[in-house]
Amino acid sequence: MIVVKNLYKSFGEGDKKIVVLDDFHAQFERGKITSIIGGSGSGKSTILKLLIGAYQADAGEIIVDGEDMTKLGNDGLNEVRKKFGIMFQSGALFNSLTVEENVALPLREHTDLNDSTIRIMVKMKLEMVGLRGAEHLKPAQLSGGMIKRIALARAIALDPKIVFYDEPSAGLDPISIGVIDKLIMDLSRKMWITSIVVTHEIPSAMRISDKIIMLFKGKIIADGSPEELENSSDPRVVQFIKGDPDGPIPFSKSQVDYGEELKQMKM
Amino acid sequence: MSIGMQTNHSDNGVVTLLIEGDIDMSSSTVVRTHLTDLFDKNQKAIVVDLSKVSYIDSSGIATLVEGLQWSHANNTKFRLTRLTPMVKDVFEIARLLTVFEVFDSNEEALEGV
Repeated sequence: MIVVKNLYKSFGEGDKKIVVLDDFHAQFERGKITSIIGGSGSGKSTILKLLIGAYQADAGEIIVDGEDMTKLGNDGLNEVRKKFGIMFQSGALFNSLTVEENVALPLREHTDLNDSTIRIMVKMKLEMVGLRGAEHLKPAQLSGGMIKRIALARAIALDPKIVFYDEPSAGLDPISIGVIDKLIMDLSRKMWITSIVVTHEIPSAMRISDKIIMLFKGKIIADGSPEELENSSDPRVVQFIKGDPDGPIPFSKSQVDYGEELKQMKM
Repeated sequence: MSIGMQTNHSDNGVVTLLIEGDIDMSSSTVVRTHLTDLFDKNQKAIVVDLSKVSYIDSSGIATLVEGLQWSHANNTKFRLTRLTPMVKDVFEIARLLTVFEVFDSNEEALEGV
């Protein structure tokens, strides 16, 4: 289980300081799927990077199985990270390695398992993501959707207890989304994996999540079951879930009035 | 967590292996060594009793797949019995429940070997 308390993160200094995460708190429970949703710039990628220890928080606690990650040095962080599987949005595969070598990499790096066992494990993971038979291919020979599925196979290669999914279904066809969604649900419910999903894909988040946290400008504006979010009266939540172009969440990220900015442009 | 293994050899060359404990990345190599030893002795059949295994990860399943490969290469039997619900779930997720010969009791597994 992961418990996050009063987490803050900002970038820049002085009048250029931007608070990207403001008093984030959450409990990510064992065997449960928590999705973090929000528009671009809402802070959801920042929370993911803080949780995996890629960013350092300005304040707050991230407690993983009783240990506060924010107080750990590099060695301690690396120990905690061994519990994590991370599916990166871009896939982050090694282009010079085959699919089999990419998925086998964490097993070869972090275990003493023999090659025969590792090759069977790789085949099992590839079957789980529907890509058995692609072992010999290189990333350049794969579609975007296939790269994501291979990235998932690699994320679960070591049977981690906690898996972070960064946009797992973005850019996938509907069947692939269904496969990935079912796999995330099976891994959580049958293997008691703690799943944290950062996503834009509302139908997918509604289908798989036990809990959804919605961020807006770095703050939690909704936290509840998919049903609770669907029935929310908060206009920001309603707009995001329905995908309405007009509403309290502006499309433009600019803080300056458009007309004023045009008027002040030098001729 | 340590892993325990009890082997029972019957007169007709069938071996029953009872595994006790979690089969994970740290213990699957021990199970593999034990199984390889049994494979090398050219048993007629191996029945693996998983009733005392509360957790198995994919390295454990992969080790059992090697048993399947051994039985295929030597025309012998490699059967699993008494899977706990959690272990059954892992086989299901790995889509291997139908690939193995799985039985509810040791008696059923020993029939026709």
